[in-house]
Amino acid sequence: MIKYHISRSDFVSAPLSSIRDGFGEALVELGRKHWNVVTVMADLGGSLRMQAFAEQFPERAFEVGVAEQNMIGMAAGMAKEGLIPFAGSFAAFSPGRTFDQIRVSVCYSNNPVKVVGGHAGVTVGPDGATHQMCEDLAMMRALPNIEIVVPSDGPSAIALTEATALREYPAYIRLSRAKSKALLSAKAVKFGEVTQLKPGQDVTLITMGVLVDRTMQLAFDLEDEGISAEVLLVSTLKPLEEKALIAAAKRTGRVVTLEEHQKYNGLGSAVAEVLSQHAPTPMEIIGIEDTFGESGQSEELLDAYGFERSHLLKRVLQFAARTQ
Amino acid sequence: MSAPVSSVADAQQIRELIVRMLQRAGSGHAGGPLGMADLFAVLYRQVLQHNPHRPQWEHRDRVVLSNGHTCPVLYATLALHDYFPEEELWQLRRLHAELQGHPHQKEAWGIETSSGPLGQGVSQAVGMAVAAKFLHRKHHIYCFSSDGEHQEGQVWEAYLAGAKYAVDNMTILIDRNYTQISGVTEQVMPLDPLKDKISAFGWRVYEINGHDHEAIFHALQEAKADGEPSVIIAYTEPGHGVSFMEGKFSWHDYHASPAEARRALNEVQSLDNTLENLHHD
Repeated sequence: MIKYHISRSDFVSAPLSSIRDGFGEALVELGRKHWNVVTVMADLGGSLRMQAFAEQFPERAFEVGVAEQNMIGMAAGMAKEGLIPFAGSFAAFSPGRTFDQIRVSVCYSNNPVKVVGGHAGVTVGPDGATHQMCEDLAMMRALPNIEIVVPSDGPSAIALTEATALREYPAYIRLSRAKSKALLSAKAVKFGEVTQLKPGQDVTLITMGVLVDRTMQLAFDLEDEGISAEVLLVSTLKPLEEKALIAAAKRTGRVVTLEEHQKYNGLGSAVAEVLSQHAPTPMEIIGIEDTFGESGQSEELLDAYGFERSHLLKRVLQFAARTQ
Repeated sequence: MSAPVSSVADAQQIRELIVRMLQRAGSGHAGGPLGMADLFAVLYRQVLQHNPHRPQWEHRDRVVLSNGHTCPVLYATLALHDYFPEEELWQLRRLHAELQGHPHQKEAWGIETSSGPLGQGVSQAVGMAVAAKFLHRKHHIYCFSSDGEHQEGQVWEAYLAGAKYAVDNMTILIDRNYTQISGVTEQVMPLDPLKDKISAFGWRVYEINGHDHEAIFHALQEAKADGEPSVIIAYTEPGHGVSFMEGKFSWHDYHASPAEARRALNEVQSLDNTLENLHHD
C-alpha cells in the first residue's frame, strides 16, 4: 500500500484534470519509447484522446471504423505477433459488445491486448443510459487472465497507462469523460497496489475512478461530524491488493465502498469477496442501484444516482451508528 | 506412421486419423473436417512455409482455423507433420488433454489461435496480416473459414478492414459445403451469391472443387501471388470419404456406433484417391 496523504487544503486547491488527456499523453510517450506500441480505434479515437498518437505515429494507428468486434480480433492478432495494441472505444461498445472477442481472442489465448473503455459510467452525461456503461467491470472481472485498471485523475492515468503497457497480460483500462481533481502524482499510484489518501480510525472508505473527489469530500465531512475516516483508492481492481484491504478492515472495523458502476459485481463485490473470507467486516456498498441512467450533466447525474454530498454523509453516518 | 509422399496420401491419412480420433473421443465434428481434408493435405504438403521442428520460427506462414469446430482436421494434419506425437490425438476432448474440443492457442504445437465462437479467427488473421506488413515480414497468413461462419457479422467487418489495409499477404479458404448444424445454409440463412458479396468487399475470389488437389494447389499459388487480399471458395462435400456421412448435415456432429465407425474406417482406408478420380468428383 502506498501512503499518499492529501490534506483538506490540498484537496480544496487541487485543479481539475482529465483522465482521458492523461491516457492520450501516456500513449504518445509510450509511442516514443516503444516501437511496437500501436493503437486500434473504432471511430472514437478523438473522444478517447488517441488522436495525438495517430498524428505522431500514423503508421502505427489503425482505424477499423464502427466495428468493435473486429477491432478486438485484429488487436489480438497483432498482440500475438509481438505488438502492444491499445484497442479503444466507448466502454458501452467495448467491452459492451465485445465480451466474446475479449474472452476468446484475448483472454483465453492470453494475447496482451490493452482494451480501453472510454466514457464509462453515468458521468458521460447527456448521451443518456445507452452510453452510460455501468456494467463493464462486472463483465471484465469475470474473465481469467485480464487485468483491470481504473485511473482516477490525469496524473494517475499517465502512470497506470505506462505501467499497463509493459505488462505481458491483457488489460482493461476504464476511462471517464468527466474531469476530476488532480490529486495524485506518478509516485502516488503503483500497479497492483492500493493508495491510502487519508488515514483514519473509525471507518474505511474505498473508492475508484472519478468518485475519488466525492469520497475525499465525504471523508472531510465525516471528520466534521467527529468520525475519523480513512480513504483508500483502488487503481487496479485486478490484481487487487487484498492484504491492504484486510489490514484496513481490521484497523477500522467498518468499510464503505463507492463506485460509479452497478452495485453488483464491481468494487464493492470485490472487496466483500476478500473481507467476507479473511476479515468479516460490516460493509456499505454504494453504487448504481440496479437501474439505468438518463441524460443530464455529469455532476447532476452523480447527485441523482446516489452520490449527492449530504446523502452520502447521512448514509455513512447511519451505517456508523448501526455498527457501533 | 509411414511417411506419406504426396498430398493425396496425406488426405487419406488425415481422414483416417479424423475418424479414429472422433471414435475415441466419442464426440466432436465429423462432416466439416472430412470435407476439408484435401485442403489441409495440399496446403501443408505443397504450399505452406513451415518447419515443424521450429514451430515458432518467426517467418513461418500462419494458419488460422477460424471455424474452430473443425479442429480434428487441423490436429490430424499437425500430427501427420510431426508437430506432436500421434498418441495425443487419442486424448482429444479428454480431461487435461492438450487437444481441446475447440482449438486453444499453442504455437509450439502449430495451433496459432483459439477459436470456436465463429467469426473471430478472420479478424485475428487480418490483424496478423496487418502486423506482418508493419513488421516487413514476408510470411503468408492462411485463414480457414466455413460458409456458415459467414453469417457472423464480424466476418464482414474483417473483410472491410482487410480491404482497407490491403492484406495481400492473406488468403481465406472457405469450406463451402452448404451445410451448417441445423440444416442447409441456403435455407437457414442464404449466403449466395457468396462470391459476388465477397468480391464487392474488395477481395479477389477464386472458386474451386475442394477435393481436387491440383486445383487447390493452383488456387493457393495464385491467391498468394495476385497482390490482393484473396478468398478461395472451396466447394466441398461434408463427410467426404465416408459414404453414409457424405452431404448430410446430420453428420455435422459425430455420433457413430462402433459398427458405423468400422465401416467409416474401412471406407477412408480404401478410398480411391487417385488424382484422376478426384478431378472428376
